[in-house]
Amino acid sequence: MNIHEYQAKILFDKFSVSNPRGIVADTADQAAAAASEIGGERVVVKSQVHAGGRGKGTFKNGFQGGVHLVAPAEVGEVASKMIGETLVTKQTGEAGKLVRKVMVAEAVDITHEYYLAILMDRGESCPVIVASTEGGMDIEEVAESRPEKILREHVHPLIGLQPYEVRKLTAGLGFKGEQAGQFGKLLANLYRLFLECDCSMAEINPLVETTDGRVLALDAKFNFDDNALFRHPEIVEFRDKDEEDPREVEASKHSLNYIGLDGNIACLVNGAGLAMATMDIIKHYGGEPANFLDVGGGASQEQVAAAFKIILSDPAVKAILVNIFGGIMDCDVIAHGVVAACKEVGLPIPLVVRLEGNNVEVGKGTLAQSGLNIIAADDLADAAEKAVAAIAA
Amino acid sequence: MAILVDENTKVLVQGMTGSFGGRHAELSLEYGTQVVAGVTPGKGGQVFEHENYKVPVFDTVEQAAKQTGATASAIFVPPAFAVDAILESVDAGMDLVVAITEGIPVRDMMKVKAAMVGSAARLVGPNCPGIVTPGQGENSHGGCRIGIAPGYIHKRGRVGIVSRSGTLTYEAVWQTTQRGYGQSTCVGIGGDPINGTSHLDALRLFNEDDETEAIIMIGEIGGSAEEEAAEWAAQHCRKPIAAFIAGATAPPGRRMGHAGAIVSGGKGTAQAKKKALRAAGITVAESPAEIGSALVEAAGWS
Repeated sequence: MNIHEYQAKILFDKFSVSNPRGIVADTADQAAAAASEIGGERVVVKSQVHAGGRGKGTFKNGFQGGVHLVAPAEVGEVASKMIGETLVTKQTGEAGKLVRKVMVAEAVDITHEYYLAILMDRGESCPVIVASTEGGMDIEEVAESRPEKILREHVHPLIGLQPYEVRKLTAGLGFKGEQAGQFGKLLANLYRLFLECDCSMAEINPLVETTDGRVLALDAKFNFDDNALFRHPEIVEFRDKDEEDPREVEASKHSLNYIGLDGNIACLVNGAGLAMATMDIIKHYGGEPANFLDVGGGASQEQVAAAFKIILSDPAVKAILVNIFGGIMDCDVIAHGVVAACKEVGLPIPLVVRLEGNNVEVGKGTLAQSGLNIIAADDLADAAEKAVAAIAA
Repeated sequence: MAILVDENTKVLVQGMTGSFGGRHAELSLEYGTQVVAGVTPGKGGQVFEHENYKVPVFDTVEQAAKQTGATASAIFVPPAFAVDAILESVDAGMDLVVAITEGIPVRDMMKVKAAMVGSAARLVGPNCPGIVTPGQGENSHGGCRIGIAPGYIHKRGRVGIVSRSGTLTYEAVWQTTQRGYGQSTCVGIGGDPINGTSHLDALRLFNEDDETEAIIMIGEIGGSAEEEAAEWAAQHCRKPIAAFIAGATAPPGRRMGHAGAIVSGGKGTAQAKKKALRAAGITVAESPAEIGSALVEAAGWS
């Protein structure tokens, strides 16, 4: 789950991670009021969308730039060209993203940019702090070209972050005097945020030192452990469905695991590993998968029907491959779900079905007697070949 | 032989009075597995009945272990209570703890793993289909089934299977059953980023098992567990290994169903894993339909 910049600021403020003053606004008037409250010679107005490259983006109304440094008096006018308009950046695709809010923030003068992140290191089964004096740029590039510039500190899962670890990183980044104290506090608070919010990543890039001697988190990216969201209703509140693929939003309502892709052969599979493998085998035989879809181990007829409707709502889809290894799951339940969905929404494109496992003969019978034009497949390879051939025909 | 469990293993089920745990306890009993106890706090004294089977339910794992001699536990409790259940089993001296539960927070698993350092118990999972050592009877009846795998697709035999995915394991099991080779033991290690038993751990066990003649290792995108196992295997494994890695077509940065199946920062791709496996002398199937033929190629069977 991703969150907006202004939501990250809410978390930073809650955990006392120092960051520039900022106020979120829904309208140009609110933005103007926020600017006069923040004051100073200049403020920054930032589009709130889930996409990088905002600064260099272009609005569909022709207005250049999703981030602006302006005098407080100009904020109202600038914000009116951003709010309610669609911003296209290198990460949004041509469709762009509708800007519903802007954040008006204090402009800071920077003397140095750093990188600071906390991640879950799955190999070591513990959190790792990653820091660098080379902030404000792509950290993976730094790790590649100048690995000696990356500092890493693993934290013991039960003992937690120790003062010596903070001192090592403070010294490693070269913070001295008052800034050393500020950085230490910021790091300890960020670690607390990381743990208490069940983050899988909390990244500050850049972390900055300002001309007036402050150490601040300027921009942040968070990832949360989906498994832990049940104990964080306040973070679930941050979810912005407007920023998500509508097919994925619909799928999540039915507890289906769906991820949209660019191909034209849709697949419906039980189990995440088999669903991935089904995408792979479509590609192996020269096709392109349109989606990842795992209906789970105990899918109901209704879920299968809902999954089918989502697949068929995608105009790019030219064929469907259903691949079920029903170990415990009854193949006939899947068959009934497929038939019900096709009868409700129609079946305008070829459908290849491979059923294996529990009650498989009854399931195959249900499909055969449905009167639907279903291409039966014997095994996984046969199914993929038939789906690819159906499109070529 | 076989690894981890056999037909004599006594199993208790934590969460047996729930619908999910209960259903699979029934299937294990029907398979011939020695399910000797259930544990549900507050329901001690009840009896779990299925067909002619009567299984006592206890309040604590400690009581269940003392009175029934169970040495392995299967965990079916919801994510919020799973950590407590795992640690209770470890504390009660279980040799093997198999956590089926999907959706345990990573932070909780990190603590469990640290808490288990130095303990004799082995954790398998979480978010896994469990373990099956097939029996000698019809449709492999009489074996030990801990978890949610379909028992009947197995056949007692000579292939050890280790996998991060449930249904993909069944696919590999089915291919080896149809070819007549059968399985020594099948271990689902689970799809979460932090788990108890790794691919490497399973390879070590299979390497020492007389009944296992060849190994199938099924991995997927995310992390580096497959690469670590391959590196070890190149040096130490005396048995042929065939492998499949799922997720070559997965988009980077997206979690593919399993919490651990994600390519992040260009790390953990299927391509990199396959390359590492091949460099270690492992035969890698390019398609999931070819796992059986990759095994035949690796083992030199005909």
